Amino acid sequence: MTDLGLHSGGLRFAHGVGGSIADYIALMKPRVMSLVVFTALVGMALAPVQLHPVLAVIALICIAVGAGASGALNMWYDADIDACMQRTASRPIPRGYVAPEEALTFGTILAVGSVATLGLVINWMAAGLLAFTIAFYVLVYTMWLKRRTPQNIVIGGAAGAFPPMIGWAAATGSVSLESITLFLIIFLWTPPHFWALALYRTRDYARAGVPMLPVVAGQDETRKQIVIYAALLLPVGLAPTIVGLAGGLYAVVAMGLGGIFLALALAIYRTREGRAADHAARRLFAFSILYLFALFAALLIEYALGGLFGRTLA
Amino acid sequence: MSLAMNERPEEPGIVLTEEQKRRRRARSIAIALALGAFVIVIYLVTVVKLGPDVLRRPL
Repeated sequence: MTDLGLHSGGLRFAHGVGGSIADYIALMKPRVMSLVVFTALVGMALAPVQLHPVLAVIALICIAVGAGASGALNMWYDADIDACMQRTASRPIPRGYVAPEEALTFGTILAVGSVATLGLVINWMAAGLLAFTIAFYVLVYTMWLKRRTPQNIVIGGAAGAFPPMIGWAAATGSVSLESITLFLIIFLWTPPHFWALALYRTRDYARAGVPMLPVVAGQDETRKQIVIYAALLLPVGLAPTIVGLAGGLYAVVAMGLGGIFLALALAIYRTREGRAADHAARRLFAFSILYLFALFAALLIEYALGGLFGRTLA
Repeated sequence: MSLAMNERPEEPGIVLTEEQKRRRRARSIAIALALGAFVIVIYLVTVVKLGPDVLRRPL
């Protein structure tokens, strides 16, 4: 069925097998898309200008498709790495279900289509930010930084932090301090999130030749960096309240969630041996996903309650 | 004439399996649905952007 095999030029992947619909959906990284759509929705909802609901839905679809395009282009370029790693070996290209050039074409069409539609239907500021995000993720993170530096996800993480700014820009046509605070939260959240994963997947990354921090600088240095970023994330999580984007209810939730995040980071720092160390890293990784969803959900819920009760919560 | 004699029309070429045909059909349907959805999106955007005033223009 597949033509997967090694040759002198590296990994060679199957051609012409033809993926199923599920394979093409998998190329778009649907779990990442869900986080992108949710954070973009929050950025859009909190903006001082409200989009027509139909236009808001179309803007979110464009942002989701743009994120999916990034995922497909990332899987096209990283197929050789994905084939070496346990976590990613079952992706459609390494399994031979989708040919690399099909993924490239699919991703390119989605990227161009989503940016053009967002620009023509909503505004060109949001479309420009979406285009920049896709280009940053594919060119800067995937092609340049990922295989070269342990700071790959620190800088590359910016790509994942843009969606709330795109949502905000879709509504207002501009970038502002408020939307930058949402960007900063995701930007500082990304390194400890991925380093927690890399701590219990270090051998996987080493085998694939990806210079993640635990591979290059060691696990102890990674633990220290996780604590530093978790400590920075706690006050930055409160930034929306400081700039007037959120109120007291959000501040309480952000303090609580940030405190748990920091406590789990400290647990990783203290627990360095055996299965307990792996367990601590897995716990922070799992919690970090919940953290981001809960933090942005708190923003949205407070905003909705403010609408119900005349914005007295702040 | 000699070129035609060298051709081997009896060769079947690439023959898709039933599974490959099923997947190709599913992809074709998905592309058709996506194009249909895009047409609906453009229609809705037109209605939202122009609003009801488009029907009240002077004759």
